[in-house]
Amino acid sequence: MILRATTSQTVGPFFSIGLSRLKRDDLVGAGAIGERVTIAGRMLDGDGEPVPDGLIETWQANAQGRYAHPEDDQIKSLERGFMGFGRIMTDDNGGFRFTTIKPGPVPGPGGKTQAPHIAVSVFARGLEKRLVTRIYFPDEPANSRDFVLGLVESARRKTLIAKKVAGESAALEWNVILQGPGETVFFDCGL
Amino acid sequence: MTKLAGYRRPYPGTQPNYLLPSYVSSMKRAPAKPLIYLPHTLSEATGPVFGKESVDVKASDLTRQHSGAPLGERIVVSGRVLDEDGRPVPSTLVEIWQANAAGRYLHSRDQHNAPVDPNFTGCGHALTDSEGRYRFVTIRPGEYPWGNHHNAWRPAHIHFSLFGPAFATRLVTQMYFPGDPLIPFDPIFNCTADEKARDRLISLFDWESTIPSEALGYRFDIVLSGREATPMET
Repeated sequence: MILRATTSQTVGPFFSIGLSRLKRDDLVGAGAIGERVTIAGRMLDGDGEPVPDGLIETWQANAQGRYAHPEDDQIKSLERGFMGFGRIMTDDNGGFRFTTIKPGPVPGPGGKTQAPHIAVSVFARGLEKRLVTRIYFPDEPANSRDFVLGLVESARRKTLIAKKVAGESAALEWNVILQGPGETVFFDCGL
Repeated sequence: MTKLAGYRRPYPGTQPNYLLPSYVSSMKRAPAKPLIYLPHTLSEATGPVFGKESVDVKASDLTRQHSGAPLGERIVVSGRVLDEDGRPVPSTLVEIWQANAAGRYLHSRDQHNAPVDPNFTGCGHALTDSEGRYRFVTIRPGEYPWGNHHNAWRPAHIHFSLFGPAFATRLVTQMYFPGDPLIPFDPIFNCTADEKARDRLISLFDWESTIPSEALGYRFDIVLSGREATPMET
């Protein structure tokens, strides 16, 4: 190592000027195979107040569990144009909503597969560095064997698993609690 | 699945803590619980790839996005995106945004009593070339007051957003200008223990990229996390 990674700095309150061009609240695009699901929630601070200047970015595999990336060399098909990247800004009430498909299982440590999940970055004014978390899916038997969920104490695991919305088959709720009671589990991913 | 290497963790002291008492907005937004160490898996070692089709080549000149020229001092901001081993990061998306010459953002929440410039939006993007180089033409942003503490002023800065090759290499940062007297007083700039790391956020005046009779040049090189030598256990 001869250089050191540049220091992270906050996105500040006005990031939409530069980042809204790539806003994507359909995380997988129209041609993606799989059952559509809407995930909605709110971003709240340590007082339970909404974060109206928050940014969520997502990264996921397709329904087969294949990432649209040159280093994913699994023998699995990838739809033309599939990307798996989302970028959503919170509204005045800290709310956000996106649609996607449940990704397939992807390889994990020790030759075991990981349960279906979406990798998430959270940015906001007040955060000098992004927060990294994940969204898992409810009623998924693989969750109990997932390596990353296994790193989390059981009482906090539910912050990573989206909840079913009563009466709606294709809607999930998942919130980002930055601080305090019910605080979302955040991971140290490096930068 | 062939074995993949993860990305290096930051050198101690070179990245900010979340809770920074001098940066008031961090107090209610920084997580209170310790982060859980996440070994990099395929999910973190991959990430979105933006190709030429997702880029508008005209977007690297922020002074030509409107019918007239923006007010202010025209500048060239250029540099290289490298990894920690000094290797260029080619074809990676760089997004920037900034205030206008008067220190005003084109944003509904910016209440600073300084004029909006109808000829300046303050956003740009570019892909790095095969040598990791990028180049923007813009105007020098103004300093502006903010509410963090009594008589708080942000030094002039440009926001930078980069992806790099993986989810693990995502970076958002800010570039500052050499000689700005506000820099030592800025809590956002002063977020890290390592003075050299902070100083690397300050661009260098650069004769080489200066355009005679047109624009002064500033150089800002950006370093993304490098690759671990040892493959992950996958």
